[in-house]
Amino acid sequence: MDPAHYLLFGIFAILAISTFVGNMLARRQLASGPNPVIKNLNARIKSWWFMITLVVVAFLAGLPGMIILFGLASFASLREFLSLLHTKRSDHLALWVSFFVILPLQYYWIVIDWYGVFSIFMPVYAFVALPIVAVLRGDPNRYMQRVAEVQWALMTCVYCVSHVPALMTLKLSDQSTNPALLIFFLLIVAQGSDVLQYIFGKLLGRRKVAPTLSPSKTWEGLIGGVAGATLLGGSLWWITPFNVPEAMALAFLISMMGFFGGLVMSAIKRDLKVKDWSDMIAGHGGTLDRLDSLVFSAPVFFHVTRYAFTV
Amino acid sequence: MSFVQSFLASTLRILVPLVAQSITGAKARWQGCKPELRQRVYFANHGSHGDFLLIWSALPEALRPMTWPVVGADYWNKGGVRRFLIRNVFRAVTVERESQGERRVALEHLNEALDENGSLILFPEGTRNTSDTQLLPFKSGLYHLAVANPHVEFVPVWIENIRRVLPKGDILPVPLLCSVTFGEPISVGEAEKKSDFLERAQNAVVALAPRDGKESTP
Repeated sequence: MDPAHYLLFGIFAILAISTFVGNMLARRQLASGPNPVIKNLNARIKSWWFMITLVVVAFLAGLPGMIILFGLASFASLREFLSLLHTKRSDHLALWVSFFVILPLQYYWIVIDWYGVFSIFMPVYAFVALPIVAVLRGDPNRYMQRVAEVQWALMTCVYCVSHVPALMTLKLSDQSTNPALLIFFLLIVAQGSDVLQYIFGKLLGRRKVAPTLSPSKTWEGLIGGVAGATLLGGSLWWITPFNVPEAMALAFLISMMGFFGGLVMSAIKRDLKVKDWSDMIAGHGGTLDRLDSLVFSAPVFFHVTRYAFTV
Repeated sequence: MSFVQSFLASTLRILVPLVAQSITGAKARWQGCKPELRQRVYFANHGSHGDFLLIWSALPEALRPMTWPVVGADYWNKGGVRRFLIRNVFRAVTVERESQGERRVALEHLNEALDENGSLILFPEGTRNTSDTQLLPFKSGLYHLAVANPHVEFVPVWIENIRRVLPKGDILPVPLLCSVTFGEPISVGEAEKKSDFLERAQNAVVALAPRDGKESTP
């Protein structure tokens, strides 16, 4: 049997168990009155069914499926990010170009497998083009701030996220591995690390890691989450071109990058005076609240894998 | 109205709110009151021609047929498509707003609409706000309307972001997330002066902005 089948079976088995446990907790606390934590937990699990189904459908559809899924995820996050910024009327064209020119082009380079342009298009050409578009209206008011904010939104939501489907284009030295499974490895480790941090944090969390940035992140959650995700990654070596120690090292890297990605995005949310990016996904907040752990880990994982494991 | 026209109008009445909500992700936040089947005047900040559509779409379907937007005749009576949309689809009250006399007639139209038990969506700034301030000073029509109709609830509404979606003078919409926040109804106090009421109404609208001063230039 194809390793993908075992993997999908395992994922849905874990989801089913979580749903069962969530329902049991909900039933047990019926007597003691409503509990917001358990209500939120069950909302999250329900949304996980939806999100995981989307990823699986995209996986079955191959590269076009993944491009559409992550293109839409980029679109939704960019929209959440830009909606909260302090842009002015004079930025209108720059915003339009971000949504309808830069974003589709960045994903198009993956479709035609043009790695050179994929990796420099946004840091070079979009970086140069956007300030030019923004300056055409002749408005110097807060110019620096406005341009920098839009560029940050694009780099995180589009450039960084686009490295997830780009994993499919890697020419792995180990040809028996399906590169699409690298996406599962990254998603399972990064999101698994988030979930484990949440569970360890809720059960054992005492000391806050960064009270000024994120009230919910604790040392206990961080250590338990990263250790758990490292083991989880190691146990998935059979879907990757890595051996067990390599898989664990990469999983550790992904969950650390995931943690710092989440921390950086929390700092931005605090700065913009919001708690969640939006309320699109029930229980989770916005799309970007779910993607924040991929923003930094995806490009780093992509380049390490490309350097060490491709022809 | 012919059969085809009325069919088209009722289809658009269902379709247009869906499209508007998917472009803007518009969320309705009922902060100071609940969506109820009673006579109301919703008064809101004005940044785009799409404003009334967002409020109208944010209302539960049952309230929409009796809620009529108040729009400028100079823009909406131009061309057959606009006229069809505004008269047949949204059943809006179109008003002239250029001269003093026209504004007096406009007020009469609004009073007549309220006499027919309709609710209104009104933009008391009188024109779309393109400045860096959150709100332009309200026109006095809101005060006169409130004095003449004490039985009607005047609900302040804040529309977030719509003017960044489609600013005055631009033609390409940008799909930013919008929200519509409904506040606590206000009414004219006994012996309250016109200027005091208008100021209170303006403050009630601005107070609903999710993050104060976001659009102002520091």
